[in-house]
Amino acid sequence: MHVTSPAFKENSARALANPGLQKALGTAKGAFLQRRATAVANLPEFEQLRNIGRDIKNHTLANLDFYLEAFEAKVLAAGGKVHWCSTPDDARAVVLEICKAAGARTVTKGKSMISEELGINHHLEAHGIQPVETDLGEYILQLRGEAPSHIIAPAFHLNREDWEADFRRLHTDLPADRIFHERRDILAEARTRLRERFLAADVGITGANFLIAETGSSVIVTNEGNGDLTQTLPRVHIALASIEKVVPTLEDATSLLRLLARSATGQDFSVYTTFSTGARRDADLDGPQDYHVVLVDGGRSNMIGTEFQEMLRCIRCAACMNHCPVYGAVGGHAYGWVYPGPMGSVLTPSLVGIDKTGLLPNASTFCGRCEAVCPVKIPLPKMMRHWREREFERHLTPAAARTNLALWAWVAKRPALYRLATRAASGVLGLFGRRKGVFRSMPLAGGWTAGRDLPVPEGGTFMARYAETQRRR
Amino acid sequence: MTKDAILGAIRRGLKRGPLPADQQAMLGGRLATHPRHLIPARSRLPRPDQVALFIHNVEKEFGTVERVPDLAAIPAALSGYLAAQNLPSRFVMAPHPELREIPWASRPLLEFEQRRAEGTDQVSLQHGYAAVAETGTLMLPSAPDRPTTLNLLVETEVVVLRASRIVGPYEDAWDLLRAEGKDTRSGGFMPRNIMFVTGPSRSADIEQTLELGAHGPRRLHILLIDDDPAALPMGDAPVAPPIAIPGGPPAPGD
Repeated sequence: MHVTSPAFKENSARALANPGLQKALGTAKGAFLQRRATAVANLPEFEQLRNIGRDIKNHTLANLDFYLEAFEAKVLAAGGKVHWCSTPDDARAVVLEICKAAGARTVTKGKSMISEELGINHHLEAHGIQPVETDLGEYILQLRGEAPSHIIAPAFHLNREDWEADFRRLHTDLPADRIFHERRDILAEARTRLRERFLAADVGITGANFLIAETGSSVIVTNEGNGDLTQTLPRVHIALASIEKVVPTLEDATSLLRLLARSATGQDFSVYTTFSTGARRDADLDGPQDYHVVLVDGGRSNMIGTEFQEMLRCIRCAACMNHCPVYGAVGGHAYGWVYPGPMGSVLTPSLVGIDKTGLLPNASTFCGRCEAVCPVKIPLPKMMRHWREREFERHLTPAAARTNLALWAWVAKRPALYRLATRAASGVLGLFGRRKGVFRSMPLAGGWTAGRDLPVPEGGTFMARYAETQRRR
Repeated sequence: MTKDAILGAIRRGLKRGPLPADQQAMLGGRLATHPRHLIPARSRLPRPDQVALFIHNVEKEFGTVERVPDLAAIPAALSGYLAAQNLPSRFVMAPHPELREIPWASRPLLEFEQRRAEGTDQVSLQHGYAAVAETGTLMLPSAPDRPTTLNLLVETEVVVLRASRIVGPYEDAWDLLRAEGKDTRSGGFMPRNIMFVTGPSRSADIEQTLELGAHGPRRLHILLIDDDPAALPMGDAPVAPPIAIPGGPPAPGD
């Protein structure tokens, strides 16, 4: 997928000025927060489960080589195949080869973020194979030629009007003046459309929420049932999974599943949680004849042993973006690659490079809500800070910022000077702004005051006040 | 080889070579003993309350449940349900021995075929392997006599479930399968596919508003056979949900 993260500022400005997007963000956000809060409140053990989830993932990552090999052995025993892929190129080639060997003309797809990362659709299309997204949200995005703007609610940025307009524009065999009385009429039209596609597909591609080393299973979690139709009906099932998806046992996966749906959609459990293990057995009446797991590294092994290793605990629930004030203001497309929000601001630099994505870890107020809701307790703000440090070390930060920081550091290291300077600044600002109480604009800080007022300092500096309180005791 | 390159990169990051044999044996032991983690207390209940919790959770997720005394009561219950929903009396049935045992002749108007489901089938009758009270979840492992398509292609799925097969947490369901499952291919206990199903199919992709019947069944109906004397409701009074679970608004889809 093309990276537009360098244009994060321009993307954000456009997003803030887009009334449709702002309406959609306003509709969706509160619902997500409330549902998660209710689900968590109904499970008294939730906080303990977060620690367990974190520990399971840490244990797995510390022994990742062992568990991946154990997983592979079990897949083979169940009659499946495992394809190890270092790069997105490798993975695209493997998927294409499997599809060609199956003589595939159409391929149905369950929702998969790794598929977005690999750009599978484009690659298949370029070789004459038609991919069909079957998750309702992904389906309309494919019709619109857009990328998902949220990792579990891909069409987060669309309103009902958009759905109706697109369906009228693209389902041209239906009467143009048909009426969509309810949202369910839109859903019914998509259901009919996609049912034909499910039945005709030669290959089904899904992602995987977990891989189980104990049994060689891939697990998907959906509410629509599209992932299950995708992996059950065609002759071939391909499960795409990045290497950090593996967990040791069914019990480990079960504990993480207790966290996943509650953190994601606020459900106690998603409607369909499905474990696939190998291909159709001899006497089975349905299921695919071939089962492939495409294991993708894509830069993740480089994160192990670094300060970003903990990011590999992520189970892709989207709680961090649902609770993020920055995501809530600009939506997912502004981030410019597959993964938006706080988890994206940490993961994207790891996978595509900090040189192109330095603005992302800077687009945070460090309010800490992402870490507070993360089901596996990933310290997202700390890791964004690590990226800022790396960016600074590599001299990717703009010259003006570096100069000012150096100046500030020079003063801050001299306490007497620092106290004098802050007292002087606060005194001068207080004098000039006393009448209005705020500054609407400020020389050299036009960018900052364009969006907000600077309050006028009242009274002395922090140090002065602190000293005074201490004296009174 | 790519596999070696990936494993090598992981080991470099972990600052070690392949794990020594004793550590591999320890991890192998963890896989073999699959220790349980903390299990939420909510499903640790007396049997009647556990079954009531299951029913409560199914209904919370927009499924429906009818309790029947035995297999012989299934034909009447099924034809009553189909008539009430205005559905045809024709259905596709899992070729499972327990379902074949049902005295279907008592309702000659019910027509069924035993096979996998096709795109044109409207109603399926599935065999419920087990169920999890914790979240009102059916466990449906694939088998020659329990085809997966019955859970997916129809508009209405009806599942026959024995109350004796309702367990508290998922972990107990895994142990049932570990004890009973025999997979011819792998020699292990996992069949090709296990679906855990909690309510009918749904989506909230349009404005985060829940709609039922996205790609899978719009209706999920469970015929619950009261074969477990210990699980019957105590007394004549209807059983209240054992713990108060505020309903909350419907949750959005994937």
